[in-house]
Amino acid sequence: MLAKRIIPCLDCDLAVPQGRVVKGIEFKEIRYAGVPWELATRYYEEGADEIVFLDITASSERRETMKNVIRATAKNVFIPLAVGGGIRAVEDVRAVFQAGADKVTVNTAALKRPDLISEIAGEYGSQACVVAIDAKRRDGPGEGKISVSTPEGDSWFEASFYGGREFSGVDAIAWAMEAERLGAGEILLTSMDRDGTYDGFDIPLTDAVSRRVRIPVIASGGCGNPDHILEVFSKTGASAALAASIFHYGEWGVGEVKSHLAERGINVRI
Amino acid sequence: MTIAVVDYGVGNLFSIYNALEHIMAGPELITEPEDLRGFDGIVVPGVGSFGRCMRRLARFEPALRSALEEGTQILGICVGMQVLFEGSEESPEEGLGWIDGKVVRLPASVLVPQIGWNTLSIKRDVEILEGISDDDFFYFVHSYHCVPADPSVIAATTEYGQEVAAAISEENLFAVQFHPEKSGEKGLSILENFVRLSRC
Repeated sequence: MLAKRIIPCLDCDLAVPQGRVVKGIEFKEIRYAGVPWELATRYYEEGADEIVFLDITASSERRETMKNVIRATAKNVFIPLAVGGGIRAVEDVRAVFQAGADKVTVNTAALKRPDLISEIAGEYGSQACVVAIDAKRRDGPGEGKISVSTPEGDSWFEASFYGGREFSGVDAIAWAMEAERLGAGEILLTSMDRDGTYDGFDIPLTDAVSRRVRIPVIASGGCGNPDHILEVFSKTGASAALAASIFHYGEWGVGEVKSHLAERGINVRI
Repeated sequence: MTIAVVDYGVGNLFSIYNALEHIMAGPELITEPEDLRGFDGIVVPGVGSFGRCMRRLARFEPALRSALEEGTQILGICVGMQVLFEGSEESPEEGLGWIDGKVVRLPASVLVPQIGWNTLSIKRDVEILEGISDDDFFYFVHSYHCVPADPSVIAATTEYGQEVAAAISEENLFAVQFHPEKSGEKGLSILENFVRLSRC
């Protein structure tokens, strides 16, 4: 049986030579967590199912540094590696794949030019193209938006771009459906309201998206303990859970999280 | 003597190259059919669509067939497994046809593509799966699956909406639907088995 995946996410600041992993809270307040390839290797050894690297820098050397990070990781880590941040064209995809990545995540560039999804899927296959959506809850039903019933009342979700600094006006749920139609292989769905808070995944959001697409949804944002992962797998159709802080700061090992889930009846790879 | 990886211009060969290098198999990326001679084993990778893979693999067909007939161990991975069959629902192009049967889409009852880690149900005791048990997970990424006319070529299956062929073993021809190069230590074990068989 197909296992639920546990995916550590490394937000990488590439302004220093080896890169460094950082983690923000609600997309702000940055905290340092370690060297990317070292953390990736540790998570691999602990049993991570996949690793996501997100480039959160805006420096001009970022591309070379990210390639070095992936190259160093791929020598010792034999699970899928996904890379996101600054992927704007098929040439950017080629560059990270040549360094050893297996998938890319696209966000801003795909919102601005949705055909990018089809172009990547056409060249490398749908499995290589993960569409990342940063979703922000908006009060009220929203005109022409997909309305979701949440504990805070009816809401819609707005897709953000530029790492949460700007908002697109686009309905995040409708965008996930459109991304699937264009050839996305997976949706990486991050709740901006929960990211870094340790309050748990946004269940109504994750449920709303996973009900409407027929491709895997990776739940992201808010994971503070293994019970949050248990909750998102029990209450939504998410295929994978992504977390950063709980792994980075030594609160939980990937293996401990998986044992916790397995003991509670979730099928995970151990 | 080394292991050749057929580099026919599809997708991403870095991962398989890296994994073979890690297990000290001395991989070489081969971009021209005439350079395919003299290897212990040949890996045929494959990503993306069946048709695109077949169009680009076509010029390697005679060299691969000679290698197969000479007894060189050959390992197809993912779409590199599917192209061994006669054809696929995905594309009109003909496959290599080394194994009778077709490639069909995964059932509509499950999310497609299958992306993630799944277990095997081992059907036959074959050398390529030595050290592997039904409890081990492997990384799958695919939308189509192989249906051999003669099910006895199947060495292992996986469960995804239905029973799906996961590994095939027939004399010196092996193929896996999953990605051993992305399946952690157990995946590397399968590549090690292949390299060992190649050097026999």
